[in-house]
Amino acid sequence: MSTRLPVKTTAFLRETGGISAFAGRFFKETWKPRYEVAEFIHQCYIIGYKSLPLIGLTGFIMGLVLTMQLRPSLVEYGVASQLPAMVGIAIVREIGPVITALIFAGKIGSSIGAELGSMKVTEQIDAMEVSGTNPFKYLVVTRVLASTLMLPVLVMLSDAISLYGSYLGVNIRGVTSFHLFYTQVFDSLAFTDVLPAFVKSFFFGFAVGIIGCFKGYFSNKGTEGVGQSANSAVVVSSIMIFIIDLIAVQITDVFNLN
Amino acid sequence: MLEQPEISPVQTQNLPNVMVVSHLYKSFGSQVVLADFNLTLGNGENLVVLGKSGSGKSVLIKCIIGLLEPDAGTIEMFGKNIPDLDHVELDKIRAKVGFLFQSNALYDSMTVRQNLEFPLRRHWIQVTQAEVDELVTDALADVGLAHTVDMMPAELSGGMRKRIALARTLILKPEIILYDEPTTGLDPVTGKEIIELIVEIQKKYKSSSLIISHDMTCVRMAADRVAVLIDGRCYAEGTYASLKKSNDPKVKQFFE
Repeated sequence: MSTRLPVKTTAFLRETGGISAFAGRFFKETWKPRYEVAEFIHQCYIIGYKSLPLIGLTGFIMGLVLTMQLRPSLVEYGVASQLPAMVGIAIVREIGPVITALIFAGKIGSSIGAELGSMKVTEQIDAMEVSGTNPFKYLVVTRVLASTLMLPVLVMLSDAISLYGSYLGVNIRGVTSFHLFYTQVFDSLAFTDVLPAFVKSFFFGFAVGIIGCFKGYFSNKGTEGVGQSANSAVVVSSIMIFIIDLIAVQITDVFNLN
Repeated sequence: MLEQPEISPVQTQNLPNVMVVSHLYKSFGSQVVLADFNLTLGNGENLVVLGKSGSGKSVLIKCIIGLLEPDAGTIEMFGKNIPDLDHVELDKIRAKVGFLFQSNALYDSMTVRQNLEFPLRRHWIQVTQAEVDELVTDALADVGLAHTVDMMPAELSGGMRKRIALARTLILKPEIILYDEPTTGLDPVTGKEIIELIVEIQKKYKSSSLIISHDMTCVRMAADRVAVLIDGRCYAEGTYASLKKSNDPKVKQFFE
């Protein structure tokens, strides 16, 4: 009987091993000088600030729609007054971080994958190396650090904007003061709701950054490969976000943070 | 068994060598690309390595600059064997060796000025901003494109991009310049202009040049000496005129 693994299994294992080794190299290279501070700040601007309009808009719509969808059910059970608390917990604990991370993966993961893929096939990465630059530090470390640090900030802003969208949603069919709405939201939230959501956002950001960079850095097959890199960066990052979320839920459960 | 070349190596100029490639081997899996490749580059010489597409010319030049690691053999430049060097030492050598990429490799996200400044800043060259400005202006003037300094690479034509890439190569005033297919992707007229520019630059800076090409116009116009790369080794070498007279079918095919 043949002991050979199916081709797809081998490819999956090879890719998983490749991403793990790439992440290992990231941790090794991050601490070594020369530190690319200017490029890191530039990437924070591109990855963080320039993602804000998209993240803000989707966050606002998410809060508004969630409120309008939940309201009829809560009215039916006579607990419409719990709407701000329910929406607040849902957004802060789960929907805010996950949806923001998925949109971030779509925008930043594809952008990093395509940019590095394009640089690879047009020999720009080689040109950097010839110019006395470690391309891994200059391109990968800066982008992964920026996405790891910027996503939690974007999640917090998205949560805030979502809650404002929810406040407007509540007021479409009823009248609730701004003060009352936010009092109900914050009364329902505990520190143990915010902390795990905030911490997992760092892991989401790291996953998007490292997978986008891996896909772009090892892009091949010319311009076709660039498109494939961008596409698979989004697909793999999105799957990783759900896997990390699943693990995070188990960990918070073990430590009784729920 | 490899055939022996009909033409014996001809040393056309009695120049001290600035680069010596000895017994170089490089394979990718089972595919042998370079097998016992030997080459010398004289000081101030324009040497063209001629070969068909896929013959291993780009692999050779990438081994020379340290982007690929050879399986065996030595590449001596400035008294150092390139494959033995660590990154710090390799960067010191690279500051003295210019490399013009086949695809130009201009950074798309940077202006022409930033592209030219990049090697200066990354090689820790101690220069003031005024000196950087002067070097950028001079390099662009050398290639006749001083007016493009604030343009983006995407705004330039293929020939202009090649010239800017050449200006970036020249900005560190390299002693050796490596050209990877400098006329690929250009129309014949622009290609000819680029070759004239390469010859002009070599005369002005007294640099030594290794040009990888399969373009016979480039070989005829630029080469002081030609090395023919066949079957992973230096099959024949000599002047353009001497190789053109060869009766060896493998050499002759390039000149037909």
